[in-house]
Amino acid sequence: MSILTGGHSATDIARERKFGPLYSRNAKAVVARGLMAAKSSTWLVLLSGFFEPVLFLLAMGVGMGSIVGTVQGPGGEDISYAAYIAPALLAVSAMNGAIYDSTWNVFFKMNFAKLYQGMLYTSLGPLDVAMGEIFLALLRGLLYATGFTAVMGVMGLLTTWWAILVIPASVLIAFGFASFGMGITSFMKTFQQMDWINFILLPMFLFSATFYPLSVYPQVIQWFIQAMPLWHGVELLRQISVGSFSPATAIHVGYYLVMIALGIMLTTGRLRQLFLK
Amino acid sequence: MRGLLQKYLQEPFHIFVGATSLLRVHNEATGSATHSESWQTSFDMNPPTVISARNLTKTYGELTAVDNISFDVPAGESFGLLGPNGAGKSTTMKMIGGVSQRTSGTLNIMGLDPESHGPEVRAHLGVVPQQDNLDEELKVRENLIVYGRYFGLPLSYLRPKADELLEFAQLTDKANSKVDALSGGMKRRLTIARSLINEPRILLLDEPTTGLDPQARHILWDRLFRLKENGVTLILTTHYMDEAEQLCDRLIVVDKGKIMAEGSPASLIREHSSREVLELRFGSERNSLIGVELQGIGERLETLPDRVLIYAHDGEAALEQVSARGLRPMTSLVRRSSLEDVFLRLTGRSLVD
Repeated sequence: MSILTGGHSATDIARERKFGPLYSRNAKAVVARGLMAAKSSTWLVLLSGFFEPVLFLLAMGVGMGSIVGTVQGPGGEDISYAAYIAPALLAVSAMNGAIYDSTWNVFFKMNFAKLYQGMLYTSLGPLDVAMGEIFLALLRGLLYATGFTAVMGVMGLLTTWWAILVIPASVLIAFGFASFGMGITSFMKTFQQMDWINFILLPMFLFSATFYPLSVYPQVIQWFIQAMPLWHGVELLRQISVGSFSPATAIHVGYYLVMIALGIMLTTGRLRQLFLK
Repeated sequence: MRGLLQKYLQEPFHIFVGATSLLRVHNEATGSATHSESWQTSFDMNPPTVISARNLTKTYGELTAVDNISFDVPAGESFGLLGPNGAGKSTTMKMIGGVSQRTSGTLNIMGLDPESHGPEVRAHLGVVPQQDNLDEELKVRENLIVYGRYFGLPLSYLRPKADELLEFAQLTDKANSKVDALSGGMKRRLTIARSLINEPRILLLDEPTTGLDPQARHILWDRLFRLKENGVTLILTTHYMDEAEQLCDRLIVVDKGKIMAEGSPASLIREHSSREVLELRFGSERNSLIGVELQGIGERLETLPDRVLIYAHDGEAALEQVSARGLRPMTSLVRRSSLEDVFLRLTGRSLVD
C-alpha cells in the first residue's frame, strides 16, 4: 500500500540533472513579485538613481567642460568633454542601479524580511530566486539607461545611430554587476560590512577613466584599472557612443559575459549554502 | 526532461487525493497538468505512507541536532513532534521540506527524496514556519497570490482560491490591508492560509501557536481541525502539551535529537504516567526537604524546584495520605496526567523552561 515504491529511479535521474533541486524554471514569479512590490514602494528611489548621473553630466560635462573644451574620442576624433564623459556616467549609473538592487535590497530581504526563506519553501529553487532578482535589477538598469540616453540625445551629445546600442550595452554592464553583487551580498551579515561595498565602488567610479583617459596613469596602475569591471564598461559605452569599434570592443563584452557567468554561479551556490544547507 | 517530470509528478502523487484538491491544478513551472478525473480517492483501511524517515541524522559541526530518528506518517494523520526548544524539531521539519540537507539516513516524501527533488516535493507541501515570513511589501491578498505564483500556479486559479482562503482564515475584510496592520493571530492565520494556496497534501506547522493569546490559539486550532477533517496530513511541532493533545493523532516525544517515545497522546500518558497527578506546593525553600517525607505515597514522586508531583491512580486519596502524615501544603491540586508528565518522566525535565 506504500507509495514509496517507484520513487528511486526518479530520484536517481534528478541527481543527474545539473540544476535538479536548484531550478524550477519559474524565475518569472520572482519578477512578478518584485513588480507588485514596486507598485507600492518608493518611486523616489528610482528617480534619484536617474537624476544622479544627469546632475554629474551637467556639473562636470557642461560646467567643467566649458574650460576643458574638446578632447580626443575613442576613434581619434575631437569630441566635446560632455560627450566624452556622458557614456562613462551611463556605465556608472548602470553599475550603481544594479548594485543598489542586488546588494542593499537583497541584503534587507535576506536578513530582515526573510523573503527568500519563504520563497525557497515553495517550488522555487535558489536559481529561480537569483535569476528573478537579477532580472529586476536589470529592468531598473534598463530604465536608467534609456532615460539617460534620452538626456544625452536632447543635449546633442549623440552624433550616430550606433549610440542606441548603449542601452543594451548598459544592461549587459548592469547584469555583470547585479549577478556579482548579489553573490557578494550573501556573505554580508552587518551594515558595516555593507559599507565596504561603497568603499570599493566610489574609487572605481572616480578612477576608471571616467573623467580623463587612462593614459594619465603610470603603466602599473593602468593594468590595475584595466582589470576592474567598470573600466571595461566605460570603454565599451564610449566606443559605442561614437560608433568607433575595435577588437577591444569584443574584449569588453567578453569581460562582462565571464563576469555574468561567474556571478550567477557564485550567487546560486551561496543561496544554496545559505538556505538549503 | 519535461516528460520525466510529468511522469513522476503524476505517478506517486495521484494515488490519493489531498482533501482540498478538488480543483484542476495546472502547474506552469513544470508544464504538467493534473486532472481531477485522474485522481483516485483512497479510503482504504491502510492509507498510504506519505512521509518515511529512516535513521535521519543532522549534525552541525560538533552538535548533533537530529540523532538517528525513524518514523512513518500515513496520509491524513495529524502527527506531532513534541519536545523542548533545541530538541531538533525544526531541523526535522526543514529536512522534510528539503531546505536542510540531512547528514545521513533516508527520507521519502510521497515517493520522492526532498534533497534531490526539492521543488517537486515542496509543490505538495504547505509550510508554516516558526516565525512569520509574510511579504511585508505586499498587501494581504497579494501575499496569497504571489505565493501561489511561486508554485507556478495560474492567476485564473489563484484569484478565486485566494478569496476562498481569506474566507477560511477569517481575513476577508483585511484583503487589501497592509501586512503590518495585522495582529499576531491574524498574521499567523494568513501564514496558514498562504501555506494552503497550492492545496498541499502535507502541511508542516512549526510551533503554530507560539506567542499567541489564548483566544487566537483557539481560533487557529479550530482552523487546523477543519483541515484535518478534510484529510490534510498535518505535521506539527510544538512544546505545548495541550496543543499536542488537542491536535495530534500520534506523536513522537523528542529530546536532544532522539525519539524518547512514540504513540497517541492517550497511550503515551497511559504507558508513562499514572492516571492522576497531585501537585503540591510547600514554598520554594521547602519543596525538596518535604519531598523526603512524602516517600511512599502514590506510585512515584517528582520533586521540582517549585512544586512536588505525586503520581497516583487516585489523587484525592494521595492527598488524604499527605494530610495524614501531618504535612500542610500551601496549595494542592489534583489533575489528570498530561503529556507534560510524560515528558518529565522520560527526560527528567520540563517542556517549557
